[in-house]
Amino acid sequence: MSELGSPASAAPLRLPEAGRIDRTVTYGFSFNGQRLIGHPGDTLASALLAHGVHQTSTSIKLGRPRGIAAAWAEDPSGLVQIEEPFPEPMLLATTVELIDGLVAHGIPGQGRLAEVPDSARYDARHVHADLLVVGAGPTGLSVALAAARAGARVVLVDEQSEAGGYLLGSNERIDDRPALDWVAAATAELAGFADVLHLQRTTAFGHFHDGYVLALERRTDHLGASAPRNRSRQRVWRIRARHVLIAAGAHERPIVFTDNDRPGIMLAGGARTFLHRYGVLAGRDVVVFTTNDSAYAAAVDLADAGARVHAVVDARAEAPEAWKEECTRRDIPVRTGQVVCGTEGVDRVTAASVASLSDGALGERDRIACDLLLVSGGWNPAVHLFSQAGGRLRYDESLGAFVPGEDREDTTVAGAAAGVLELGECLADGGRAAEAALTALGIRHGGLQAIPAAGTGSGQTPPLVLWRVPDPDGDGTAQFVDLQRDATVADIARAVGAGMRTVEHIKRYTTIGTAHDQGKTSGVIASGIAAELIGRPVGELGTTTFRPPYTPVAFAALAGRDRGSLFDPERTTAVHAWHLSRGAVWEDVGQWKRPRYYPLPGEDMEAAVLRECAAARGGVGILDGSTLGKIDVQGPDAAEFLNRLYTNMMATLKVGSVRYGVMCGADGMVLDDGTVLRLADDHFLAYTSTGGAAAVLEWMEEWLQTEWPDLRVYLTSVTEHWATFPVVGPRSRDVVGAVFPDVDVSNDGFPFMTWRDTTLGGVPVRLARVSFSGELAYEVNVDTWHAQAVWDRLIAAGERHGITPYGTETMHVLRAEKAYPIVGQDTDGTVTPHDLGMAWVVSKKKPDFIGKRSFARGDNQRPDRKQLVALLPEDHDLLLPEGSQVVEGPNLSEPPVPMLGHVTSSYHSAELQRTFALALVKSGRSRIGQVVHVPVGGSLVPVEIREPVLVDPEGARRDG
Amino acid sequence: MQLITCPYCGPREEVEFHYGGQAHVAYPADPSALSDEEWAHYLFFRDNPRGPFAERWVHALGCRRWFNAVRDTATYRFHHIYRLDEPKPETT
Ligand SMILES: [Zn+2]
Repeated sequence: MSELGSPASAAPLRLPEAGRIDRTVTYGFSFNGQRLIGHPGDTLASALLAHGVHQTSTSIKLGRPRGIAAAWAEDPSGLVQIEEPFPEPMLLATTVELIDGLVAHGIPGQGRLAEVPDSARYDARHVHADLLVVGAGPTGLSVALAAARAGARVVLVDEQSEAGGYLLGSNERIDDRPALDWVAAATAELAGFADVLHLQRTTAFGHFHDGYVLALERRTDHLGASAPRNRSRQRVWRIRARHVLIAAGAHERPIVFTDNDRPGIMLAGGARTFLHRYGVLAGRDVVVFTTNDSAYAAAVDLADAGARVHAVVDARAEAPEAWKEECTRRDIPVRTGQVVCGTEGVDRVTAASVASLSDGALGERDRIACDLLLVSGGWNPAVHLFSQAGGRLRYDESLGAFVPGEDREDTTVAGAAAGVLELGECLADGGRAAEAALTALGIRHGGLQAIPAAGTGSGQTPPLVLWRVPDPDGDGTAQFVDLQRDATVADIARAVGAGMRTVEHIKRYTTIGTAHDQGKTSGVIASGIAAELIGRPVGELGTTTFRPPYTPVAFAALAGRDRGSLFDPERTTAVHAWHLSRGAVWEDVGQWKRPRYYPLPGEDMEAAVLRECAAARGGVGILDGSTLGKIDVQGPDAAEFLNRLYTNMMATLKVGSVRYGVMCGADGMVLDDGTVLRLADDHFLAYTSTGGAAAVLEWMEEWLQTEWPDLRVYLTSVTEHWATFPVVGPRSRDVVGAVFPDVDVSNDGFPFMTWRDTTLGGVPVRLARVSFSGELAYEVNVDTWHAQAVWDRLIAAGERHGITPYGTETMHVLRAEKAYPIVGQDTDGTVTPHDLGMAWVVSKKKPDFIGKRSFARGDNQRPDRKQLVALLPEDHDLLLPEGSQVVEGPNLSEPPVPMLGHVTSSYHSAELQRTFALALVKSGRSRIGQVVHVPVGGSLVPVEIREPVLVDPEGARRDG
Repeated sequence: MQLITCPYCGPREEVEFHYGGQAHVAYPADPSALSDEEWAHYLFFRDNPRGPFAERWVHALGCRRWFNAVRDTATYRFHHIYRLDEPKPETT
């Protein structure tokens, strides 16, 4: 198919038959610059092995050649970087499905991200199930079938490209037919159930509380160029299951011996999978080293496929009779009581050293030439998902492995994942597990189903637990435990020698188990070796904690659609488009987009803000204040309710009037502030800060529901219902008067801190005389639907007065000149109203309100509390950085230098023709007129402490 | 992520809820009658047991209603969920 292709004979180790690949289609691909071929159904690893390519790269620390050491995600060494079709680092050759035109190369533990944005789409879906089955091997399929037949809502996920699990890499039989026939029948039957969701290429990677499992589905990579453009590349399935059944199988584990890391050294089951699933002979001259029965199947199958098997080296004293016969029939020598204690070769293993092992001592060494050394040190049940959710493990002496150690209410582990390794027993275990789970779920079922028959085919000789072979002439520096981390037995010995006694410490000291595979082959072995060195049973030492994800997950997949503008909802006001057309520069305030300033051509922020400030103080300005939080408070007890929450008196507020109020926590610290309008006896509208809206509503609900359920009050957020436009400045009366001719806007007719309802073209409008700048100001409130029209009329009417839209920056400067605090900027949860110089807002008449008792605490009476003051730098052009510390000066004393406080707000003032700041300073109010210092850019800058209100301290401007 | 059963809405994802600290710590009837120390105990002192713990939750992104729960702080498991007007269940 591809230009990259060369003749099929270029894959000399591909068998003419066998495997689940499609030989009628040939793919071309490139690896380490070499042009090679493969077929649909191949992984990158199987296609490489078909060419005799074992080495993928060299190791990260020691530069030793490394290759493909397993057939799936447990491979510790065959890492590759994909270049085409899209760059992606740190993938395993064993899990990359081959596509035409793939370009990849091996990497020593570090890859390279794409330099261009990933244009692929990633998404997520939620699904709910009675039963989630993880793994579509023999156990998982029997569970899923039983549950589906009982009518349960089943989700079945499996990480491979097709169902079958271990059966895909074997030649087992079920019901006297090829096992994969049974698999095909099972999946076909499952497909007929409407309530079964069966997902392949889907890895359950995280198991959390209450049956919550995250799974990653790979949806397009295997389709190559033919992938539909509208299909997401990967999908995270958020599965909530009433019961989770883990049938995730088991990982074969290696045995550690000297020079055990050369390319051509592979797990026995891996070679069997390459043979049966991909039709690839991983080598021609084979030595098998095992401690258990399972590796004999690899020896026999490879011999039947044409390989020369020179020895099965069985560390046990006795080999299983049945397997011995099979070997004899094929002229395979079986060497019992022996081990592999070393290897030769550079970029490929060329020979194995074999010696007897008794009482920990190696006998005479014997050299056997080979190009493939298969290893099996037993099987580790894949307990990851069980352990992630808090399931305890126990060490099983007979298996030499950690298995689930407790029953969990909503989780079952079955089959090989529970330490059941025989096919026939797995099928039976699956049936039993399904029955138990359905019973627990209260789903009626027809009792235990007929269990398909499967011969064991192997003997029952118990395995031998052998973590490592003694190092014949070394100190373990070439005995690799974690190939990816180049971590050895010597490293574990050093950790133990340094006093480490737990596997968690040893893991962090040696880095064993911290690579892409998270110790799938190395973790339990490291525990075993450490236990030997420390002299404790491995069951007591335990394993390191299993944490999600089971296999690596790209951040792009976790982010899904939640990126860019969809990362967090953007809230815009009703006149957003107008701001945009006027070139507003935005400030993000919570989720809101607010204009920060509106630069004219050639203006920077400082110039724009000075111009906007001058307009508001000298003529008229207009602000979009729609983002202010608004809470509708209604009910017969609304006045009493607000009285208890605000520090000042709210019950005495007259209908038609407005009052500024402060809310404190029970600790007396300022929580939020804003104005309150009394709309009727039993009806108030409370304004909150933009950022505090949600928290204040929650705060109000908390007190109402948990402490004062007797109060008849109802709270509703109306933030989005009302657009709010303060029209500010000495000319504001002219503008508002022109737009609303039926309202008496004179100071007598419409005094400060009152509100009036009116209409404009039949649309209800509410005006309020409040000021956050100290200037004469009218706040125009209208429902959002009509907001743009009202805004347009205000702008039009203001034109002849030079009405100037201003943003949050100008708003901040104007309010700071008046020392109106911004909660969260000038306060930080340690500031009382008194600290802000606002004792007047704290009622002395009310018997109690939230915070009152705390004001009497000794700590809140201290004279050296930090108090809000203004700072004027002696240099009129110097802008103090917000957050700067305030110190005594003029020189710094020996550290620790006493801190007097810090700058909370700092601006250029058009009105003052200079810079100024607000600061919280110890005993600040009694230090007015004194000079203190602020470190700025390496020098101490003198600043004078001033009364906080710098502009119009008499308040003469407020009424125009 | 846990599934928490709101007494008004039913089981919902944990992210919809906010935690409200220890339950059954009533606001004092007359704070002004308390010593600074007694008031500080109300403000700052809370139990921190390993095991069952009665605590407050609010279904903040749902019905916005507060409720109480007895939860095991070691296993995270919710043993009881009850309305504010219901008594604290006996725990073992
Ligand atoms: Zn609810």
